[in-house]
Amino acid sequence: MTIAARNVGWSAGGRMVLDGVTLEAAPGQVLGLIGPNGSGKSSLLRLLAGLRRVASGVVTLDGRNIDRCPRGALARRVAMVEQQAATEAPVTVLDVVRLGRVPHRGLFSSWNAPDGALVDQVLCHVGLHALRHRLWHTLSGGERQRAQIARALAQHPQELLLDEPTNHLDVQHQLEILALIRRLPVTTVVALHDLNLAAMFCDNLVLLQNGRVRTAGAPADVLTRQRLLEVFGVSAHLGISPHHGRLHIQFLPPQPR
Amino acid sequence: MDPAARIGSRQAAGFNLIGVAAIVLLLGITVAVSVGEMSIPIGTSLQVMSNRLLGTGYEVGRIQDGIIWEYRLSRALFAAVLGAGLAVTGAVLQTLLRNPLAEPYVLGLSAGASSGAVAIAILGLGAGAISLSGGAFIGALLALAVVAALASASGGSAERVILAGIVVSQLFNAVTSYIVATAANAEQARGVMFWLLGNLSGVRWTDLALAAPVVLVACGMCLLHARALDAFAFGPDAAMALGIRIARVRAVLFGCTAAMVAVLVSITGTVGFIGLVVPHAARFLAGPGHARLLPATIMLGAILTVVADILSRILVPQQTLPIGVVTALFGAPAFAAILCRARRAS
Ligand SMILES: Nc1ncnc2c1ncn2[C@@H]1O[C@H](COP(=O)(O)OP(=O)(O)OP(=O)(O)O)[C@@H](O)[C@H]1O
Ligand SMILES: [Mg+2]
Repeated sequence: MTIAARNVGWSAGGRMVLDGVTLEAAPGQVLGLIGPNGSGKSSLLRLLAGLRRVASGVVTLDGRNIDRCPRGALARRVAMVEQQAATEAPVTVLDVVRLGRVPHRGLFSSWNAPDGALVDQVLCHVGLHALRHRLWHTLSGGERQRAQIARALAQHPQELLLDEPTNHLDVQHQLEILALIRRLPVTTVVALHDLNLAAMFCDNLVLLQNGRVRTAGAPADVLTRQRLLEVFGVSAHLGISPHHGRLHIQFLPPQPR
Repeated sequence: MDPAARIGSRQAAGFNLIGVAAIVLLLGITVAVSVGEMSIPIGTSLQVMSNRLLGTGYEVGRIQDGIIWEYRLSRALFAAVLGAGLAVTGAVLQTLLRNPLAEPYVLGLSAGASSGAVAIAILGLGAGAISLSGGAFIGALLALAVVAALASASGGSAERVILAGIVVSQLFNAVTSYIVATAANAEQARGVMFWLLGNLSGVRWTDLALAAPVVLVACGMCLLHARALDAFAFGPDAAMALGIRIARVRAVLFGCTAAMVAVLVSITGTVGFIGLVVPHAARFLAGPGHARLLPATIMLGAILTVVADILSRILVPQQTLPIGVVTALFGAPAFAAILCRARRAS
């Protein structure tokens, strides 16, 4: 058992944003959240992280209501990378990644060698070790995103929640980061816009539309020609790639009207 | 060097810096008790302080002893406490409100204190039962309550808190001006003006006995929350995701800093720029991590305010300027310099 949402509803600004959403991430697997802009992916991830309270239904961690988990314990288990992060503070990459150790350190315990070793390791994982002394505001968009991913990994979570972690990354880093996440023994829920990446790296997909789950299941079952047309309004050719053996989608340009 | 040793040596360097700062502060206080209308040799000042604090038996004149002990030492120590309190408040509010322009009076405390003070001094509210400081304290808390209510009614985000502070400050400043303009005679107006500008001349041991414990406890609470403040770098949601109980941290830190500033402003009036400039300078010296930033801010604030107090007494011969004038005269160019350097660094 791990993180799950049962019949979850949430509204904001007087509008129902999520309605009756149920999902469960299998331990150690990568669960992809897909859906058009505004379909509720980020909102759902915030509920799963316990950053917002559900209006109805329940989010559970190991079967326990997440609202009842103490904040600190939650942060030692669940790490989140938001769609965007911004700061005014003159922090370096190293400062950012070290934030990941905050939940693990006592009030008076000082920084220790295992903390440092872990931070060094995750910096290498995301390819930022050479840039670790650079200031945040001098980083490129993709470097910032990798710094936040490294921070989340430094939290040493069992559940990792990623909101479009690859949208600023070049193609090499997109593949590397997602492959890394697949390799790690953590349960991951990841919102993705790139459906080919979703098909390549996710064990299961949940397709959201207007705040509801449209379908869920294995990538090849969720992503069909008909659904892509209905939900995203695009036509595409789908097939199993002879190169990597997973579903591959070729999008077709819109028909001129 | 292995990482642990590197961190160890950095901590040692931090402690050394604090030690150096403490020595500079003591030197500053020694100079502060020596200068003034009647200047006293530094050696004599040291002897008086040693007699009084360490129980030694040096021969010193009674007048010199009296001046230093009754007037100047309490004032110098108060300046240090004032600077430490305002500076640490600025640093904490800049982080919590995620705004580099936040300063101790951003929550309306100074405007409220001014209204309270003039209500007592000019309108005679309280019929002599409440002192000017007492009125200022009540005014500060009143303004804070209005800001808090307004901010939470409008959603409670950092920007809303700042906007609420601006609105309430404008309102209370208008009340102050109204009272001064309609009810004060020239002498009263001048007296209030002097108080509004930030003034240490009336400070005695009783004031220090009131302010020092509050500032000490509040600074201690801020230091205890250093790591939580670090986690606010990317905003409240990110802090929450790192396990920080943000509502509690905010309540504790807003409460502590507000109590501290309310007490300080009620005794000395508004001393500007310390709370705005010192945290930026300290960030330059100690970096953004609050475990180093806050101690650096506290020490630097104390030192610079003691120096400002010295300047306020020697800049114009035979006359003491309000300390708020000195901090503004030097603080504004210092802030401009920091702004330009920050831009060159980025
Ligand atoms: N705090 C809020 N107040 C009002 N509306 C909100 C709020 N948060 C989200 N929404 C609305 O809820 C809907 C879902 O938002 P969400 O950010 O979850 O979408 P998303 O699937 O992540 O979209 P994207 O692909 O653009 O990131 C949007 O229509 C958004 O406008
Ligand atoms: Mg989103």
